[in-house]
Amino acid sequence: MTNPVLKNGHFVDDPWRLLTETEPTSEGVAHCILPVASWQQHRDALIASEVPTGVWIEADFPPEDLAADLPHLAVVAVHFPAFSDGRGYSAGRLLRERYDFTGELRAFGDIGLDQLYYLKRCGFDAFVLPAAVSTEDAAKALHPFEDAYQGAVDQPLPRFRRRDTLPGA
Amino acid sequence: MYRYDSTDQQLIEDRVRQFRGQTQRYLDGQLSEGQFLPLRLQNGLYLQRLAPMLRIAIPYGLLSSVQLRRLAEVAERYDKGYGHFSTRQNLQLNWPELEEVPDLLGELAEVQLHAIQTSGNCIRNVTTDQFAGVAPDEVVDPRPYCEIIRQWSTFHPEFAYLPRKFKIAVNAAEGDRAAIQVHDIGVQVVRNANNEIGYQVFVGGGLGRTPVIGSMIHGFLPEQHLLSYLEAILRVYNRLGRRDNKYKARIKILVRALGPDTFAQRVEAEWEHLRGGPLTLTQAEIDRVQGFFAAPPYAQPSQAQADLKAQALADPAFGDWLAHNTHPHRQTGYRSVTLSLKSTGLPPGDISSVQMRRVADMADRYSFGELRSSHEQNLILADVAERDLQAVWQEASALGLATPNVGTLTDIVCCPGGDYCALANAKSIPIAEAIQRRFDSLDALYGLGPIDLNISGCMNACGHHHVGHIGILGVDKKGREYYQVSLGGSGDSDASLGDVIGPSFEQEEMDQVIERIIAVYLESRTPDEHFIDTYRRVGLQPFKERVYDQSSA
Repeated sequence: MTNPVLKNGHFVDDPWRLLTETEPTSEGVAHCILPVASWQQHRDALIASEVPTGVWIEADFPPEDLAADLPHLAVVAVHFPAFSDGRGYSAGRLLRERYDFTGELRAFGDIGLDQLYYLKRCGFDAFVLPAAVSTEDAAKALHPFEDAYQGAVDQPLPRFRRRDTLPGA
Repeated sequence: MYRYDSTDQQLIEDRVRQFRGQTQRYLDGQLSEGQFLPLRLQNGLYLQRLAPMLRIAIPYGLLSSVQLRRLAEVAERYDKGYGHFSTRQNLQLNWPELEEVPDLLGELAEVQLHAIQTSGNCIRNVTTDQFAGVAPDEVVDPRPYCEIIRQWSTFHPEFAYLPRKFKIAVNAAEGDRAAIQVHDIGVQVVRNANNEIGYQVFVGGGLGRTPVIGSMIHGFLPEQHLLSYLEAILRVYNRLGRRDNKYKARIKILVRALGPDTFAQRVEAEWEHLRGGPLTLTQAEIDRVQGFFAAPPYAQPSQAQADLKAQALADPAFGDWLAHNTHPHRQTGYRSVTLSLKSTGLPPGDISSVQMRRVADMADRYSFGELRSSHEQNLILADVAERDLQAVWQEASALGLATPNVGTLTDIVCCPGGDYCALANAKSIPIAEAIQRRFDSLDALYGLGPIDLNISGCMNACGHHHVGHIGILGVDKKGREYYQVSLGGSGDSDASLGDVIGPSFEQEEMDQVIERIIAVYLESRTPDEHFIDTYRRVGLQPFKERVYDQSSA
């Protein structure tokens, strides 16, 4: 994959290879992001091999079905079939907030600069972008607002629960 | 009213900066039409038939005189000197240039106004009763809850790309003046037997192509759980709502597909995880927000009262206006005044910059500097002392804002229609005007009692035709404009959807069709029976027979 990957605010050399549903699962090969069906099929062997492994899901995949596997996964990647399809935002929050996933949460598919901020708030920390942008533009897109009303993954408390500690409040 | 603190202000200024950058990237060709679309929509900007249309949020219809003056100014600078109040209590400008919209939004931000989430597939501006806080039949002031919902829904990171638009309405009075049962979520604030505040929650109501009355999924949600429960509903909808067909993407379709009970169970299951979490409202926050809506310093009743009966007898025109355009107030010696934006010959809901400035002055002089917009597309001075009513009437008359028709047949709710809107199948404004001209005798009009007549230029139903006692829908038949008529709709607490009377009519027939409907009502009603009650008693048939009777043509 040659698309630029933004991770924690920086463009990185991406060690991960995303396998499509038709590619054969290379058991024991590290840094593959497998379709969830392949993962489920080879789950036990992959866990036993102890190589770093990732899984990717479609936006409509129920995160609860992945909950038990999360401790074994280094990456969960959520596919956005269209940037206007917002299901992945709920998936991100559920994976992080309800199922306590602490690995890399990656967004790929039809996403761009203008989606980064909300994705970040919903727990995504890695983004496969469609084209090169400057680090500066990415930083701006990740941080368009000084504060937010709602609690989310990046700041669990809504603003009304932080009022006492806010300057000028 | 709610006043921004430094963080609220910072947020809308950040938003202007963000949108300025996005607009520039679009103009530079870095963003495609499709990529820019949701960004501009979530800032209220449509590209319309003749020019862009900008929809400015009036949060739950509450507006200060300072804000109205600014709206007058931007309407002059960026538009043609007028604006249009919509059925969702917002203000629309029809001619701003795309390149100038960021500047326009910057000027609005200076007075705590914005166009955030007034369009697009996100949570829209929350709406409520235009008499909130002053109505005698109110359980509690709904506006603090509206503000709490506004903050929660503004830039909500999870719900910016919903399957479809999402509208929340809140009502806290016995009468439903916010039409909550035809919203995606309707919140009715209630008190239980222990005098505790809570909410009845309705979901899946809506107009548009598939009109539905909402289903109650919670009979008493305790006060502090408002946001966690709303978040649970939205999450279920965001995950399960259809995305394959925009006409089946509203929450009403999901609620119907699952059945209201199953939908409620899904929400309940999601809510179990969120209940008691950080979204639980604190008493400190409720108190803080309620503090912004404290009653203004009313005059003593003896100072405020006037002998209105005597004034009305002495001047029958004032009496007409008093009877129709003012509303009872919880404070002795005060009334709420509706400034009618329904004068014959002008598009319903339209107001000029000159009028806006004068109305702002009136608000300062007579109503503590505040105004409201109503979903019937009028403006309200909510806190007017009785002794000022005659002066308010005279000033409003001079401005053409005292047409004494509020609640009558000619107080027509109407979308901009085919004259302005790219979506419309047919014009709506000329229909409104023809009906207003046909019923221009006030005595005859008053004799008809309260009648809601609502007109939409297409099935998107911005004119709420489904819930008009008489509803008119513009349809396209082989490139020609026709109008379908329905009867018996209501947006009140006894909400119902109108029944289509039969084949549609040509534009020229419409005023006569309405006249025949009214004639049947007048012949059928019992003394003092309202139109909607007569209709519910006698049904569609007698109306249908008369309207399609060729011999009486």
